Amino acid sequence: MKQHFYMALKLTGLSFLLFSCLYTGTVWLIAQATPDKGQAERVTVNGKTIYKNIGERFDSDEYFWSRPSAVNYNAAGAAGSNKGPTNPDYLAAVQARIDTVLAHHPYLKKEAIPSDMVTASGSGLDPHISAEAAAVQVQRVATKRGMSYEAVSALVKKSEEGFGIGPRVINVNTLNSLLDETKN
Amino acid sequence: MFSEILGVVLMFILLFLLAIPLGKYMAKVFQFQSTWLDKIFNPLDQLIFKIARIRVKEEMNWKQHLTALLTINLCWFLIAMFVLTNMSWLPLNPDGNPSMTGDLAFNTAISFITNTNLQHYSGETGVSYLGQLTLQLWQFISAGCGIAIAVVVFFAMREKTQTSYANFYVLFVKSCTRILLPLSLVVAVILLFNHVPMTFQGKDTMIGLQGDTVQVSRGPVAGFVAIKQLGTNGGGFFGPNSAHPLENPNYLTNIVETIAIVLIPLALIFTMGHILNRRKLAWSIVGVMTIGFFLLCIPTILQEVKGNAAIAKMGIAQPHGSMEGKELRFGAPASAYWAISTTTTSNGSVNAMHDSLTPLSGMFTLLGMMVNAFYGGVGVGFLNYYIFIILAVFISGLMVGRTPEFLGKKIEAREMKIAMIIALLHPFLILTGTAIASHVYAHNPTAYAAWLNNPGYHGFSEMLYEFTSSSANNGSGFEGLGDNTPFWNIACGIVMLLARYLPIIGPVAIAGSLAAKKYIPESAGTLKTDTPTFSLMVFAVIAIVAALSFFPALTLGPIAEYFSI
Repeated sequence: MKQHFYMALKLTGLSFLLFSCLYTGTVWLIAQATPDKGQAERVTVNGKTIYKNIGERFDSDEYFWSRPSAVNYNAAGAAGSNKGPTNPDYLAAVQARIDTVLAHHPYLKKEAIPSDMVTASGSGLDPHISAEAAAVQVQRVATKRGMSYEAVSALVKKSEEGFGIGPRVINVNTLNSLLDETKN
Repeated sequence: MFSEILGVVLMFILLFLLAIPLGKYMAKVFQFQSTWLDKIFNPLDQLIFKIARIRVKEEMNWKQHLTALLTINLCWFLIAMFVLTNMSWLPLNPDGNPSMTGDLAFNTAISFITNTNLQHYSGETGVSYLGQLTLQLWQFISAGCGIAIAVVVFFAMREKTQTSYANFYVLFVKSCTRILLPLSLVVAVILLFNHVPMTFQGKDTMIGLQGDTVQVSRGPVAGFVAIKQLGTNGGGFFGPNSAHPLENPNYLTNIVETIAIVLIPLALIFTMGHILNRRKLAWSIVGVMTIGFFLLCIPTILQEVKGNAAIAKMGIAQPHGSMEGKELRFGAPASAYWAISTTTTSNGSVNAMHDSLTPLSGMFTLLGMMVNAFYGGVGVGFLNYYIFIILAVFISGLMVGRTPEFLGKKIEAREMKIAMIIALLHPFLILTGTAIASHVYAHNPTAYAAWLNNPGYHGFSEMLYEFTSSSANNGSGFEGLGDNTPFWNIACGIVMLLARYLPIIGPVAIAGSLAAKKYIPESAGTLKTDTPTFSLMVFAVIAIVAALSFFPALTLGPIAEYFSI
């Protein structure tokens, strides 16, 4: 028993050196050789540096809206809503979001609203919106910014991401930065 | 949607293409045959054996294996408790996160040494980087421990009479250095090139396009995520785990991380086939596991793609299925596939919030953990399946009137008693725990209002899920549960402890006892254990013991919720 205990201590110490220090150090060193140097992907738009993959709050009419977030886009405390599918409070919140969408898009029929536009993402930081969610917002953004419908649609197309397999999605950070760059 | 389904099929095919050669590689490692990584890792292993003074040739009996395992785990618990309760003043704490309270540290320490990774804290605010790196250490060595003990059982199953076989410490070191370390490095590098951060700087502050000032948590994420996926650990660096865009930034990383969940548990079955030279047995076990996996996975994907019926009633479109708690870049099919991969193995990482799954999908994730042997955790998944084999051998033996034998060894009363106790432990822990929690809550719903994030049937499911996850050493959660309270921390801690070590002790004892018995060569009268008939028998035992004992509880939770829409 005593012999096993010494062995346990020695092995744990060696494991700490190997898997907490050496492994982590190796991965950190390799990270320095990657394009973003282990700092995640950042882009600078009009002097503002933002994280391409961290969803931000976009709720003004001149931007494409990001998906709802249960934590108000807090990137230092991310979380989902964890609401069950039948929770009455949750369903009321979704209904309220539908009403907001309809109020800001008077041209829209309810059947055209995709559910991802009114449901909170898993992390609360989803940087993407669906093609359907983008499509319903094009007219609003175009009007607000005094751009043509086609010009805004082209930017939506430009912000599309996908790998051939899996879903095709619109990066809402990219899309809104493109809009801001066009303005200037 | 078609390309999303295609993505899921691709992940499954890739999984097998990788697991088969990995299984062969692991068999070589554990039998001291040469592999192409020897040049790099032989010196490392030799150095560890030398410093720790491990006598490589010294074989152990089953009691010594267990003593070694339990002692080293006790040692880990003490160290984990110390680090977690003292993080605030220890180095590597750029965000100034606090130390854990006693009950939370108790829960977290047990959670990580038992390979569960149940998290009653959020990574961003609950631990320092030193804390994360310490937890990362347990992710390696608890997984290494699981692999080592499964291999001990493989060696015990050989066709000879033996009292001692293999050296636990050697198997443990080799599991860590030869399997987990190289695989983790590969996965970590793939993640790095897909923009997963790896930095020791604290929170960053950025100003968003709309003018909001936002704090962004970062850290040494890539290395952590790699091992949490591979070692069926599942503890996220950030609160939302692999749903977080910095842990799992795109569909490619999602493919890699999903495959990593099941890779080693599946490959270990092939390893057994090689070590025992019984490939057919390995394939028949994989067959049963895969059928079970499909039975859970396919309906879950269908349910999630179909969407939430309650949302459909509101008259909006659900072109991407049920999206609450999901990330668009993965989509419903890949999220559902992950949900079943992570619950059938004891991983517990998530890329979508399980609390928000549609009712029946929630039930399938629960069932995955209740069975806990369709692939299962690294090492322990096989041990759970081993118990079901023993039960099936005994029952079939009774049915056809033959002496129950498994791989040439007679199964007698002693082995059966142990197998029964272990098989019943899992339902006992889950149902008793849930019953106590429900009792406490129901008698004072106002005092415990913070426990449940959802009312009604779903609230019950939250409690049932927490105990199921603890007992399956899974670690995922219906995270709406307000679980950082002394009750949940201590109750789940105790359940995780019992559910980790007893189901290791049981099978190792059975295998040890069988190994010492006389080997009876196969004859015409032997019950063959690698046939489809026997596989069906094992499946029936799993369905009866594991699934049916939980049916009443499932009726009160997800099934009732399904019918309430």
